[in-house]
Amino acid sequence: MKAENFLLKFILIAYLVVFFGYLLGPLIVMSITAFNSPAFPKMAPWECLTFEWFDVLARDQRILSGIQNSVIVGIGTVFLSVIMGLAGALVLTQIWPKLRATYYTIVIAPILIPGVVLGISTLVFWDRINIMLGFSSGSFLHNGIFLTILGQSTFIASYCMLVFIARLQRFDTGLTEAALDLGATNVQAFRKILLPFMKPAIGSAAVLAFLASFENYNTTTFTFGKFPTLTIELAQKVRYGINPSISSLAFIIIVLTVVGALVHEIYRRRQQLALANGAPVAAVTGGFQLPKFFRGNPAAVILVLMALGGFSTIWFAQVYNPTECKVDVREQKRLIQGERIKAIRQKQLEQQQQKLLKGPDVFGGSKTQPPAAAGDVPQSPGKGAFGNVFDPGNLDKTAPQATPEKPVQSPGKGAFGNVFDPKNLDKASPQGN
Amino acid sequence: MSKGVDVNLENVWIKFGDFVAVRDANVDIKGGEFFSFLGPSGCGKTTILRAVSGFLEPSDGTVRIGGKDMAGIGPNKRPTALIFQNLALFPLMKVWENITFSLEVKGVSKADRRKRADELLDMIALPDQGDKLPSELSGGQKQRVAIARALCAEPDVLLLDEPLSALDLKLRQHMRTELREIQQRVGITFIYITHDQGEALTMSDNVAVMRAGVVDQIANGHSIYNDPATPFVASFVGENNVFRGKIKSIEGEMALINTNRSGELLARIATAARGKLKVGDPAMMFIRPEACNIAADTAPAPNRLTAMVKHEEFEGQIYNVFLEGAEGKEIKMSLVNIGQHRQSAEGDNLTLEYVPDQAVVLPVGELASE
Ligand SMILES: Nc1ncnc2c1ncn2[C@@H]1O[C@H](COP(=O)(O)OP(=O)(O)OP(=O)(O)O)[C@@H](O)[C@H]1O
Ligand SMILES: [Mg+2]
Repeated sequence: MKAENFLLKFILIAYLVVFFGYLLGPLIVMSITAFNSPAFPKMAPWECLTFEWFDVLARDQRILSGIQNSVIVGIGTVFLSVIMGLAGALVLTQIWPKLRATYYTIVIAPILIPGVVLGISTLVFWDRINIMLGFSSGSFLHNGIFLTILGQSTFIASYCMLVFIARLQRFDTGLTEAALDLGATNVQAFRKILLPFMKPAIGSAAVLAFLASFENYNTTTFTFGKFPTLTIELAQKVRYGINPSISSLAFIIIVLTVVGALVHEIYRRRQQLALANGAPVAAVTGGFQLPKFFRGNPAAVILVLMALGGFSTIWFAQVYNPTECKVDVREQKRLIQGERIKAIRQKQLEQQQQKLLKGPDVFGGSKTQPPAAAGDVPQSPGKGAFGNVFDPGNLDKTAPQATPEKPVQSPGKGAFGNVFDPKNLDKASPQGN
Repeated sequence: MSKGVDVNLENVWIKFGDFVAVRDANVDIKGGEFFSFLGPSGCGKTTILRAVSGFLEPSDGTVRIGGKDMAGIGPNKRPTALIFQNLALFPLMKVWENITFSLEVKGVSKADRRKRADELLDMIALPDQGDKLPSELSGGQKQRVAIARALCAEPDVLLLDEPLSALDLKLRQHMRTELREIQQRVGITFIYITHDQGEALTMSDNVAVMRAGVVDQIANGHSIYNDPATPFVASFVGENNVFRGKIKSIEGEMALINTNRSGELLARIATAARGKLKVGDPAMMFIRPEACNIAADTAPAPNRLTAMVKHEEFEGQIYNVFLEGAEGKEIKMSLVNIGQHRQSAEGDNLTLEYVPDQAVVLPVGELASE
């Protein structure tokens, strides 16, 4: 019995580990790559702790304008979706009962339609309208922001509506009647009774709408026009190869999410605590008193520690200078490479000597093997075959624009020579130039 | 305070599709009166109230408030305030904001509203509770806040839809007196809905008894109880022993009934039935349990009947005695507890007697189920 219990427990724990590993693993790996110095995002081997990717991110104009566009689109979508969602939900409560099911199906349909279809149809629809109205092709009806907001709102409004319907179902229509009976106009009854009741739902719907808008790709990809959002920019970037500045962006988003969730949770818990104790809410919302909530909630403690970690890294970034480490790593690599080169030379020397001993016909057959001549290196990189020409020390002279760290950044495939190809350098860190 | 105004329903019909919820109601309520609608659940009481407050238009007929036809006038334009069956306090507003909501929508300043709220809170004996939320009040306190909120609107007519039904017995009795006091103080017309006859009789100047959309009788509590207009009213208000039979003879106000199982009995013809009953007509006769007594003289008479005691219940102020007459006819008698220990008479044969004036005769009609 005991052994069985133990097994059960073990399986459960193993399952949890796998489950959370599956959920959080990629996020953790990505976060770590944001602080590793290699130019291709990777966690191992760990080279140097660095914050330069945050710098790179902060200087990336395309990412920045992408974020800006995303925020503008997000705010617009929140406004439009919340208003349309609320209106849609209200109509559902007012409509003739027999029509309700049909109406519900129609307004919920956009959630089921693929985003791609919504994107295309938004584009086509407003183009038609534009033509019908006889506007020029540069009119606001072709504006990327305008189209993206409309396109995203078509289905995000439905999400919002679901949130509102859930809340409205708990609304006592008697309250509206009471307000009317006490002399309120319909508008006053809506503003003073229904709207305050819907406030929490409006908050949730707005957050939901913003997040849905921020992460949307497949609808936006048809409508963004001259205003690519963050997701569009990232997708375009990935096509040309990525560097850890994207990881650092991911890290920032993760930290913001965690902090946001935490603040919300603390607020909610406190309110619950207040209501459970029968104290008026006002009494508990003032003043800072967390300990009780933390005692019963280790997850919250971990989250707080993670958030604190995030902030302290930012602070640490101001103080810490990774240059020394990088030089060290470079030095080490050079030593290792030097050793290898020596070994290879030794081998080649031995082979040549053997060939010389065996005669000229054997020499001809050896042509299939990669020769050690320095000029051939670009054709056969990645096999550790390169000459003294590519001594990192020389590089500084050949690529004076590049910062000294550059060589260390992308030794990705262990092929030193590859990295020193000027073309690759440009691709790996275009921002550096 | 404003003086109450008349409310008149003239031939009011209210239909929901094919269903007739109120049938040809004619009700005249005088200004400053405490008027009750009494009836079983689903008989259309709330429906009538909603027609008065303006939440629904009668399908036919006229609702007048203060002599004015209310057709097409919305609930927010009528001089009425309704206290809902479930109170409908605004859960997100503080008590004082609830009370002064009617002033807020008129644009009265916050300071003035607060002042008025404090006055009303004093009146309902809840001083210093203005900053609480409704959820932080007890049932009776909520009740009083709902009344204060309605009174704050200074209506000419206050409509109350079973406001006490959610309270426990003690509180209900307390609130009855309180409501009556408030009504007398402010002097406005109260229209009160209840299915509790005790409430209707204790508080009201006049009561309308309703049965399935029809108003059966409108009168003061005394008349409703002692002089019912229909068998339904007789059986719904208070308890009654029912005897079916035929009229044998009529002499002035009194009629002799040849009952099916209990012999010939004498009773008064109800006011509403005068001139409508002839000798030989089928009729129903009602004798209240408390009108019965144990006869000292056992000689047969038209106001006496014999029965055997089945069992007794002691209820504090009264004893309920359940008897079985001829052919299994069930009869209930209530005796006042006069102090001495009463000897149980179970199994005894008794002769009951009643004052013929306290028994009423009505034409045959529907009884209240129960
Ligand atoms: N909106 C409506 N649509 C259809 N039928 C309705 C509607 N409102 C009420 N009714 C019907 O009208 C009848 C009277 O309802 P009403 O609410 O007036 O009853 P009531 O006398 O107030 O009962 P209670 O004591 O249970 O509150 C009921 O049979 C009810 O089913
Ligand atoms: Mg009702």
